[in-house]
This record gives sequence, structure tokens and C-alpha cells, in this order.
Amino acid sequence: MAIIQSNDCLIPLIYKMSVDFTGAVLPGQFFMLRAWDKDPLLSRPISVHDYETGQLTFLYQVVGKGTEILSRLKPGDNVEIQGPYGNGFPEVSEDLCVVGGGIGVAPLHYLVKKYKEKNPQGTCRVYLGFRENSYGVEAFESMADEVILDIGGIITNRLKVNPGEVVMTCGPEMLMAAVANMVPPENKVYVSMEAHMACGIGACLGCTCETKSGNKKVCKDGPVFLREEVFYE
Amino acid sequence: MSKCLETMFNEILFKNPVISASGTFGFGREYEAFYDLEKLGGLCTKGLTLEPKAGNKGIRLWETPAGLMNSIGLENPGIDAFIKNEWPHLKDVNTVTIINVGGKDEESYLKAIEKLNAVDAQLIELNISCPNVKAGGMAYGIKATTAGDITKKVVELSKHPVMVKLSPNGDAISEIALACEIAGAKGISLINTLQGMAIDYKKKSAVFNNLYAGLSGPAVKPIALRMTHQVCQAVTIPVMAMGGISTWEDALEFIMAGATCIQMGTMNFNNPMAPVEMIEGLEIYCQKEGLSNISEIRGII
Repeated sequence: MAIIQSNDCLIPLIYKMSVDFTGAVLPGQFFMLRAWDKDPLLSRPISVHDYETGQLTFLYQVVGKGTEILSRLKPGDNVEIQGPYGNGFPEVSEDLCVVGGGIGVAPLHYLVKKYKEKNPQGTCRVYLGFRENSYGVEAFESMADEVILDIGGIITNRLKVNPGEVVMTCGPEMLMAAVANMVPPENKVYVSMEAHMACGIGACLGCTCETKSGNKKVCKDGPVFLREEVFYE
Repeated sequence: MSKCLETMFNEILFKNPVISASGTFGFGREYEAFYDLEKLGGLCTKGLTLEPKAGNKGIRLWETPAGLMNSIGLENPGIDAFIKNEWPHLKDVNTVTIINVGGKDEESYLKAIEKLNAVDAQLIELNISCPNVKAGGMAYGIKATTAGDITKKVVELSKHPVMVKLSPNGDAISEIALACEIAGAKGISLINTLQGMAIDYKKKSAVFNNLYAGLSGPAVKPIALRMTHQVCQAVTIPVMAMGGISTWEDALEFIMAGATCIQMGTMNFNNPMAPVEMIEGLEIYCQKEGLSNISEIRGII
């Protein structure tokens, strides 16, 4: 159980929630959130948007009943959080190129923040694509060396990856597939997959994703995979 | 710990009547992060088949009001990998281990059972009720004659006692249960998931590649309770009930309907601590009611 510090609407349907939490959290990991009894039945997997000692932040989109209930919570309310779960993005020392689409930008904030902490000399370029309205962009501008923003277009049309950069992406599967396709094979690409989940801990096999080396659990073996593991055809 | 929850299921002693259900509990490892598995009365493995199975493609989970539909399709590593990688870990857990076995035809059921004779589990749960596989699975479990047939062959071959897991999707479930008892089953477990369907109107398509999928969770509880009652009236072998059981109060209802043990399935996803909370709740209930053993209220309805 965690106490909510804030839960603000950034633009319609997009919310940012901070809760009391202290623990080891990696970029790209997620928590299972719930603030209800048996309906909906399952908790909601929400990725870590930001973390500092005592404060864990989620950026989420209202898409159904669960996230709708989350969006109505007020500071001081309790929310059940389980986690962190999943492998998260790997720590790298090469230059970093990050590509996010829509609510897929959520885990990239903490990723860029941790990267810059560990690699103050490293270059981090960020591509962000949104359909209608952008959110959370200023935070990237204050951390990254370059932010390329696209609203209403196709962010991958503008994507140019420099030699030696590692690429990390999160967003709609079509966007990640496009990134996986267009980035030269010399650059490493990590993708953060999404799937319906029931348990979040690897027991239900509901979030299985086909990979080159057989079925993997998005919740436990992922959500972050190397491009060639999941986009191999 | 008091003995008020100790339960005999056929000749097997369970420290309490709460068992984690197949398919919701992996091989137990994932839940060790939450509690000591030895607190459980027993645990039931993910359904195993002779050969490894990749399971179904496409969406595998879909929530419904207070329920969950799944179409996993018996994804599992196969019996050999289970014996090699999972059993050495599981066999040392001080709780009753139940191995759930599925198959696509008679031969694959029997070969799987034969291989499992190499391990010392306490109970086999014969799965003739999975709605999510194209061959075998539920096909055996929806008619009393075929259910009795396969049960008889499995019982003859297995060194373990056999409990048959029944489907709610076939003929009168009490008749199927009776056929299994006559065939030599030492217990009945029910219900597997109810076959349902989901359509995504936005995509104008069925949600599941297999069209139909299995519904579980609190939404199915009244049906499971009714079927448990019917089966308990029909057979003399013990019954392990499941179907939307989520609290100790639910467990009591099933025990009052005649169940000897209960399995907790989908609720493991809702609250990983649910089985432990249930055991504690049942224990307190026994103390408050002055029951020396939970069996005193079994089958009172």
C-alpha cells in the first residue's frame, strides 16, 4: 500500500501520479497498481516514469475502468503497488538515442535521467511523437542534448541514428517495428514490449511474446528485449 | 498452528484445505517471493503435457466484469523438462504437490502418466477439461463415457492416486463425476473454466484467435458452487472445488456445499497473498465457531 502524493491531469486522459515509495528501481521496470477490490479483477501494469528516494512517479493514460479509477484518486488516498517488476533497460555507456511514441514516453523519462547521471559526458538524443497533444516534453528538454518533437506526423520519418548510438524505444508496436527496421544493424536497439498481463510475476503465461529463442514472458523476461529477439522476421 | 484445518482427502493428509490451482501458480517459484509455500495445503502445477507446448498465439487474456477470460493453450515445458528442472525444487516443499496432466489423445495422456511414475508426487490431477486446446483437452471431459474411459486407463497405469478435473461445459457434471468415480478416480476437482467469447467491437473481430476462451474469477462462483453441490451429492469420493473462490467466506460456502478441499486460482493474480489470508480466515472462523475441525461443517447443505 502506498500513499498518493499527487495525481494530476496533464492533458485530457493523461495523468501523472506520485506515491510514497523507497526501494531499488530500474528504468523500464513497472509496478502493478490497484485501488479497487474485485472489479476490475486485475491490477494494472504501469511503468516507472520517475523515481527518487521517497517518491515514485507514474505517467499513465486512462484507457479503461482500472486507469479511470486510478485517475480519480486524490493526494492522501492509498493505492496498492506491487513491484518493481521486469528487467528494465540495460545500463549503457555509449551515446543514447531514445524514441518514444504516445504514452510510450512514460518510461523514457527515468531512463534518460539515469543515463545522464551515469554518463554526464555522453550524448542523449530524444525523439518524441504524439498524435495530437504532447506532454512531459519540457522534462526531456532539461535533461537531453537534443529533443526532436513531432505532433501529428510520423516520428520515425525524422529519425536519424548516429554511428555508435544505442537506441531504446517504447511506444505502439508499429512504431517500435519501424525503429527496429530502419536502424542500421550496427546499432543496438532495445524495445520495451507491452502485453495484457494478469499476474505480472511470470506465473500466468498471459503476456507471452514470441521471440527468436522461443516464448518469453513480457512481465519477467522483459518488458525490454533486444530488437533481434522480437522483430526477427 | 492448530489442527482445525487438517483435512484428509482420500488417503492424503492436507495441513489445510487450501490449494493453489493449476495454471495460476506456475510451478510455485514466482509466489515464493510473497510467502513460504509450506503454508499452503497443497499446490497444483501448471498443466503438463508429454511434449513441450508453446500455447496459443494472439491475445491470451481479457478481463470481464469480476472475471477473466484466458486462452493460454496449455503452454508448458513438457514432462521431461518438468522432471529435470522443476521437480527437484518442488519435491522438497513441505506441502501436498499435485501434478496436473493434459493430453491431446489417449496415447499422449498415457505416456505422460507413465513418465510421471518416476516421481513421488501425492496426487495427479487429470485435466480432461481445458477449453483452450484444439485436440484432446475438454473433448474427453464433456461426455461421461469418454471421461470414464480415459480415467480408467490412466488409473490403471498411474502409481499415483488420480483426481479428475471436470469441465462445466459438457453433459450433466454429476454424471461425468460418477463415471470417473466408477473408473477408479480417487477424487474430483471442479470446475475448470467456463467457455465464453469476447468480441472487440472497435476492431470488428473476435478477441481470441481460438474464438472461444475460458472464463474464471468471482463472476463464475455461483455456477461453480451449484456444480460442486451437485457433484458432492452424486459421488462418494472427495471433491476439490474451485471457481471464483476468493475469500475465506467463499471457501466456507464450498465446504458447506460438500467440498473437502478448495483451490484458489484466478484470485492469485488479484492478490498474491489471497491463499494465506484465506487460511488465516478459516482458522479464526473455526476458533470462533468452536469447531475442532473444519470437516464439522462440510456438506451441511
